[in-house]
Amino acid sequence: MFRKRPDASLSTVPVTVEGIDIRVPEGVSAAAAILLAGLAGTRETPVSGAPRAPYCLMGVCFECLAEIDGRPNRQSCMVTVAPGMAIRRQHGKRAVAGE
Amino acid sequence: MIAGMQRFDAIVIGGGLVGSAIAYGLARAGLKPALIDEGDVAFRASRGNFGLVWVQSKGLGAPHYQRWTRLSSEEWPSLAAELKERTGIDVGHERPGGMHLCLSAAEFDERRARMEQMRVEAGNFGFEYRMLEPPELKDMLPGLGPAVVGASWTRYDGHANSLYLLHALHKGFLDRGGVYLPNRTVDYAGVAPNDFRLGSGSDEIAAPKIVLAAGLGNAKLAPLFGLSAPVRPQRGQILVTERAGRVFEMPTTTVRQTVEGGIMIGDSMEDVGFDISQRPDVMSAMAERAVKSFPWLAELQVVRAWAALRVMPPDGTPIYDESEKFPGAFTANCHSGVTLAGAHANAFAPMVAAGVLDPVMAPFSAKRFDVPQAA
Amino acid sequence: MTDEKIDFAVIGAGPAGMAAAAFAVELGLETMLIDEQDAPGGQIYRGVERAEDDSPLGDDYLAGRSLVDRLRAGAVDYRSATTVWHIDPDGTLSLLSAAGAETIRARRILVATGAIERPVPIPGWTLPGVMTAGAAQIMLKTGDLVPSGRAVLAGQGPLIWLVAAQLIRAGAPPAAILETAPHPNYHSAARLLPRLLWPARRVLWKGWSLIREVRRAGVPIRREVTGLRALGRDRVSRVVWDSGETDTDLLLLHEGVIPNTQISLALALEHRWDDAQLCWRPVTDTWGATSLQTVSIAGDGGGIAGAEAAALTGSLAALDAAAFLDRIDPAERDRRAAPLRAALDRELAIRPFLDRLYRPAPQILVPDDGIVVCRCEEVSVAQIRRAARLGAQGPNQAKAFTRCGMGPCQGRICGPVVSAVMADTLGRPIQEIGTYRPRAPYKPITLGALAGLGKA
Repeated sequence: MFRKRPDASLSTVPVTVEGIDIRVPEGVSAAAAILLAGLAGTRETPVSGAPRAPYCLMGVCFECLAEIDGRPNRQSCMVTVAPGMAIRRQHGKRAVAGE
Repeated sequence: MIAGMQRFDAIVIGGGLVGSAIAYGLARAGLKPALIDEGDVAFRASRGNFGLVWVQSKGLGAPHYQRWTRLSSEEWPSLAAELKERTGIDVGHERPGGMHLCLSAAEFDERRARMEQMRVEAGNFGFEYRMLEPPELKDMLPGLGPAVVGASWTRYDGHANSLYLLHALHKGFLDRGGVYLPNRTVDYAGVAPNDFRLGSGSDEIAAPKIVLAAGLGNAKLAPLFGLSAPVRPQRGQILVTERAGRVFEMPTTTVRQTVEGGIMIGDSMEDVGFDISQRPDVMSAMAERAVKSFPWLAELQVVRAWAALRVMPPDGTPIYDESEKFPGAFTANCHSGVTLAGAHANAFAPMVAAGVLDPVMAPFSAKRFDVPQAA
Repeated sequence: MTDEKIDFAVIGAGPAGMAAAAFAVELGLETMLIDEQDAPGGQIYRGVERAEDDSPLGDDYLAGRSLVDRLRAGAVDYRSATTVWHIDPDGTLSLLSAAGAETIRARRILVATGAIERPVPIPGWTLPGVMTAGAAQIMLKTGDLVPSGRAVLAGQGPLIWLVAAQLIRAGAPPAAILETAPHPNYHSAARLLPRLLWPARRVLWKGWSLIREVRRAGVPIRREVTGLRALGRDRVSRVVWDSGETDTDLLLLHEGVIPNTQISLALALEHRWDDAQLCWRPVTDTWGATSLQTVSIAGDGGGIAGAEAAALTGSLAALDAAAFLDRIDPAERDRRAAPLRAALDRELAIRPFLDRLYRPAPQILVPDDGIVVCRCEEVSVAQIRRAARLGAQGPNQAKAFTRCGMGPCQGRICGPVVSAVMADTLGRPIQEIGTYRPRAPYKPITLGALAGLGKA
C-alpha cells in the first residue's frame, strides 16, 4: 500500500520479505519493507488469529510485530533495514526452542 | 434510629482472593453477605499473584498447615468446576503435579531433607514425594538446562489463573445475592458481641458476623475486634514473557507457563516494608535463575513485570481466629490466597456460617505467638 | 553498575530533548541523551538529517535541522537506538541497546518522550490498511514513501491538512479528506478568534495556507463527518460514514495528539485530566519539575503545545537542572529564562483555539459497545462496561478482570479510552477513575539481556 515517491533518489537496500527478494530505500524500517512488499498485514494475533498491520509506525501500538532474522515478535517499525535482512510475518504465538 | 443503615448476615472486609473466596462460600451457604473493598489503587496482594496451587513446600514444622493445604488442593477441582458452571469463567486449573528445581548438589540435599521432614510430620495422613534427577527430569521438563541437578516433585501441586479466579469468585458472589461495596474505608467500627457496625462516609452497615480478610490492613483492624493479626509485608516480584507456544505444562516454583502462553517467572522474597517499586537487580537475579534452569528462555522477551506485597504472618503459617471478646468476629490471614481458595470457600466459610471455628483450626490462632519460647 | 553519577540524563531526542541536551552542556552539565530511534529528531523531525532542501515535508520540518546540528556540535553523550526500560526515583536508569543491558546514574532526569496519536476507535480500526496520519508521514520522512492506492484521510486537526499537503507535494494526493470536527466546535473556537488574530497571526496564516493548498489541488473534502466505519475482510477496502462512502486502500485516521505518559505514569507522578485537551497530563511547575525531585518533563509529554514550544520548554528544563545542581544561581536562571518564556507565551497563544476547533466528538473517547478498545488483547468496550458493573472501580481492576492493558503495548493505546468508558459506566468524573499503573520494563527486554545486567 506504499511506493516510492516519483522524485525520490535514496539508495536502496536488499532484503527478503516472506522469502521474496525486494529492494527498499535505505533507512526505512522493516515494517515499511513489509508494506512495500505489498503484504496486507504483518501478523495474526495470538488471541484470535485476526490479521493485523502497523497502525502507528512509531513504536507505540506493537501491531507491527514480525520475525526478523529468525527472532520473533520484534517491533519491526523500530528496526532499520540492513542488507540481507530476512523479514517474516508473525503467526500468532512465537515458537520456542524447547518445543 | 440511624439513617442509611443496611443490615446483612455477615460482613467480609477485603475483596481479594481470601475475602472473596470466604464471601462466596458464605453466599453459597445461604447467607446475605456484604463484601467491603478498597478502590482501584490499593496494595492488593491478589493482583500480584504467581498462580500456583501449591502443596509441596507448605507447612514444614506445622503439620496442621500441611493438612489444611492438602485439603484445599483436594477441594480445588470441585470449586473450579462449580465456578465454571455458575459464572462461565474457566479459571484454568491444572494439576499435573509440581517441581521444585535445584541448581546445586547442596540445594538438592537440602530439598530432600525438607521433603523427608514433611513426610515424617504428615504421619498417617501421608505425604508422597519423589526426588528426580536429570534423565527422568528432562522428559518432564523440555529444554532443561545442564545447571539443574535435580528436583523434588509431588502429585498434589498445580496452577491456575489467579485473576480469573478473583473474577469468578466476585461474579459467583454477586450471582448468589452478595452485595459488593467498593471504594470504602472503614471510618468507624461499632463492636459488640454478635453485633458489628461499620461506618464509611454517610453509610452504615451492620451484621452479626464479620470476617477480617483485609490482607495487610488486618494488622490495624484486628485489635478493634479483639483479634490479633500481626502480618507484615514481604515483597515479591514477577516477570511475564511474550506469549509462546505451549512448551511445558508442569509448573515449577519459579517458572510456569500460563494457558495463554506467557511464561511467568518468580519469586523473590524481599523485606522492604510497604514498598512496591521494582528492582532491576532482583529482576536480573530472577532472570538469571530462570535462564540457568531453561536456557531457551533467554530469547524470550519480558513484556510485563510487577512487584506486590505478600501478607506474611511471623512464622509464615496462616492465622485463622475467632474473637473471644466479641464472638462473631473472625479473621483469615495468609500468603497463599490461590492455593487456599478451596479451603476458604469450602471449609472456612461454612465454619463462619455456623458461628464457630472447628477445633482443628486452633493451632492457627494468633495465641500461638503469645507462647514464650521454650528455653 | 558504576556508582558514578552524570549530571543530566535526557530521554527522547525530539525538539525538547535536543534543545535541553545541547543547552545543558553549554551550561556545563555532563549530559547524556538517550533515544530509541537510530537518528535524532523524535517523530516530528524524524529523518531530518537526511532530508533534501526541496523536501515535500516543508520548511517547518527542515527547521529541525538546526536543533540537530546544535546537538551534534555539542559534547552530549548521545545514545541512539537505546531504550530506557526502568527508572528508579534515586536517579538510576536501566538501559538496553544492541550492546546489552546497563545501568547509569544521573542527578537529574528529563523525560522528553513527546506525544502519541490519540487512538481513533471506529468500527474496523484494527483492519490492516487502517493507520494513523502520522504513520503516513513517517513513511514519507524515513523513505520518501507515499501511498500507492486510494488513501483517505479521516479525522481532524492540523496534522490532517499538513499530511494532505505533504502528500500532494510528493505527487500522491489523498483521494479524499473526511473531516470530523463537529459543528459546535466552529462556534466555540470562533469566539476566541478576534483576540487571537494578531498574536497568533503567523500560525493562523500557515494553517489557512495549508488548507488553501489542499483545496487548490482539488482533493474532495467532506466536513462534519459522523459515523465513520472501516470495512473490509483481511484489509480495509471501503470507508463508510453517515452520509457517504468511498473505496479506499489506506485509511489514515487522526484525532489529534496526546502526551505520551507511559514513563511519567510508571514513576507514579501525579497526573491530572485536562478537559480542554481531553488527555492526561503530568502535574509540573513552570520549569517542568515534578513531585519527584530528580525528574522533570519537557515538550509535548507535559501537554500538547507543538515543536517550537517543545524546544523552549526543553531549554527551560536545562536551565532549571543547572540551578538545581548549583551550576548557576536562581537569579541567573530566571534572567536567562525570561526571553524563552516570552517566546513560549507566543507559541501557546493559539492552543485554546486549536483545542476547541479540533475537540474530538464524544465517541472518540467513549465508543460504541462492540468496538475493540484493547487491540492487543482484543477486549471490547462492552467487556470493559461489564467489568465496571461487576465492581471494577478503575482501569487496574478492569485489567485484572478482562486482560485489557496486559498486552505488549502495556496500555499505551487503550488507556485513555478505558478510563473514559469506565467513567461513563460508573457515572464518575474521569479524574477520579484514574489511569493504568504501568510498570517496568517500559519496553520489552529479553530474559537473556536481563540476566546479563550489570555484568561485564
